[in-house]
Amino acid sequence: MLAFLIRRITQSAVVLLVMSVLVFVGVFYIGNPIDILIAPDASPAEYARAVRDLGLDKPLWEQYFIFLKGALHGNFGNSFVYNEPALKIILNRLPATLELAFTAMFMAVFLGIPLGMVAGIQHDNWIGRNIMRFSILGFSLPTFWVGLMMIIVFSVHLGWLPSGGRGPTTEFLGMQVSFLSWKGLTYLILPATNLALFKTSLAIRLSRAGVQENLQMDYVKFARAKGLSNTRIIGLHVMKNIMIPVITVLGMELGNLIAFAVVTETIFAWPGMGKLVIDSIGVLDRPIIVAYLLITVTMFIIINLIVDVLYSILDPRVRLGDER
Amino acid sequence: MAVQNESLLWQAIKEYFESRVATIGLILLAVIVSVALLAPYISPQNPYDLMSIDIMDSKLAPGSKSMDEAVTYVLGTDSQGRDMLSSILYGLRISLGVGVVSTIIALIIGSIIGLWAAYRGGKTDAFIMRTVDLQLSFPAILVALILLAILGKGIDKIILALVIVQWAYYARAIRSNVLVERNKEYVEAAKCLALPQRRIMFGHVLPNCTPELIVISTVKVAGAIALEATLSFLGLGMPITKPSLGLLIANGFKYLQSGYYWISVYPGVALLVLIVCINLVGDRLRDVLNPRLKR
Repeated sequence: MLAFLIRRITQSAVVLLVMSVLVFVGVFYIGNPIDILIAPDASPAEYARAVRDLGLDKPLWEQYFIFLKGALHGNFGNSFVYNEPALKIILNRLPATLELAFTAMFMAVFLGIPLGMVAGIQHDNWIGRNIMRFSILGFSLPTFWVGLMMIIVFSVHLGWLPSGGRGPTTEFLGMQVSFLSWKGLTYLILPATNLALFKTSLAIRLSRAGVQENLQMDYVKFARAKGLSNTRIIGLHVMKNIMIPVITVLGMELGNLIAFAVVTETIFAWPGMGKLVIDSIGVLDRPIIVAYLLITVTMFIIINLIVDVLYSILDPRVRLGDER
Repeated sequence: MAVQNESLLWQAIKEYFESRVATIGLILLAVIVSVALLAPYISPQNPYDLMSIDIMDSKLAPGSKSMDEAVTYVLGTDSQGRDMLSSILYGLRISLGVGVVSTIIALIIGSIIGLWAAYRGGKTDAFIMRTVDLQLSFPAILVALILLAILGKGIDKIILALVIVQWAYYARAIRSNVLVERNKEYVEAAKCLALPQRRIMFGHVLPNCTPELIVISTVKVAGAIALEATLSFLGLGMPITKPSLGLLIANGFKYLQSGYYWISVYPGVALLVLIVCINLVGDRLRDVLNPRLKR
């Protein structure tokens, strides 16, 4: 276990280092941000001063080492656009993204699992088949397309829900959240549903398969023989057994939700990290792009590591992959 | 031998058309592919030709006539006065082209790497598979986002990004296939003939894995098209001069609130039909060609 942990952490550090070089050098070569940031009629002296202030006159490797040293201290440099520390701007946007991701996850769990269980029990009639059709659609339709349709139907055509933005927020545990006020909630519904669609489909499939597998098992037969009601067998015994794999897979998908939030946030103008990075790529705000990518990749590596370790603790049959 | 093969193929074809939905999907897909290929000949207007578009005709509703009453815009026009139908036909061509080309390149590269891993075994295998696992642990959209943030816009760049996103999947699929195939009798027979291992791998094992790979990649083309559309929608993929369906949708998105719904809805419908048809055909192919699912 310890050997596995050490190997994984070393491996993750190498991946991050390679990523940082790749991203830094790559983003550096996209274009010269100075041309975008400075007025075209600036004098050569002003131009030179701006280049010097931004540290763009130094050789690339030196810029990289300054950046790396800073990054290890949590300093990714100042945003070219906002002139504030990039990390601070991203962390300011983080709660919005997390709120969206967790709401979507909540919807996937509380809609997907019951629907999937119904589909598993009623697998041979129209209810089950329609639930499965819905999940196939949820899998194959591109997220942004569904988001577009939602805006057309629910905000342009019916006028029920706002099409974008975050609306009023309330303070909760030191963070600004939307789900506590009715008005804020109306802004949250469409983006969260949009983001949840894929995961809901996944939860439906997983719990349907789980129910079908578990209904064949001896413990269900035994419970039936004992005369327990169907509701109790499915609602309690089967439910418990399918929850573990479904929750594990969904937990692994949490990182995916944060990555996919890029699309949903752009469509619904949700002021999270994803929208920030897309806007920043548009104006070549280099520190933000680099910081976002590195932070997201780090989050991913950590989530994957935790899931792997937890999985081996929860299920002793799973061996950690360090014996090859 | 040849007769046997032909009858098997014929059986598969007959079985494919037993499903009505899959038949409709295939016919629609054939229509889409042909209109996409023939776009320059059949579209009412060349949306790239600035001479043929008129800014006075911008944002016309579907079915309205142009200023000079010469043309009817069946699906309306966009903010530049381009005929939407023509834009969609050209966009289909680009989306389909990018999806197919990137999938084929990824298939070839992934197959070679996966086969090599299975063939070499040991450390090479472990290293390649670790890389594959590592890449597949990140969602495709994040990998593509990183690459496009580095590379910038362009049709070659988006193809490269889609190839890098997809190759690992094929490498893993072919490796596991090869590991199964390797224990079959025909490989033993080939070994008894003292054929070199390389020839067994590339000449005997690989051809036996190809049908399944082709089936997988059919479905994956739909995924590639959807990913390209998503990236273009975000403004990361295709340059403005090569509007794929995703970019057309993005262009219309700005006008959605003002009621000019057709600028993004019709390209969206085209994209949807394309993806659903490919999925229908791919799923049916998998059912027909997968011996494990046979009765």
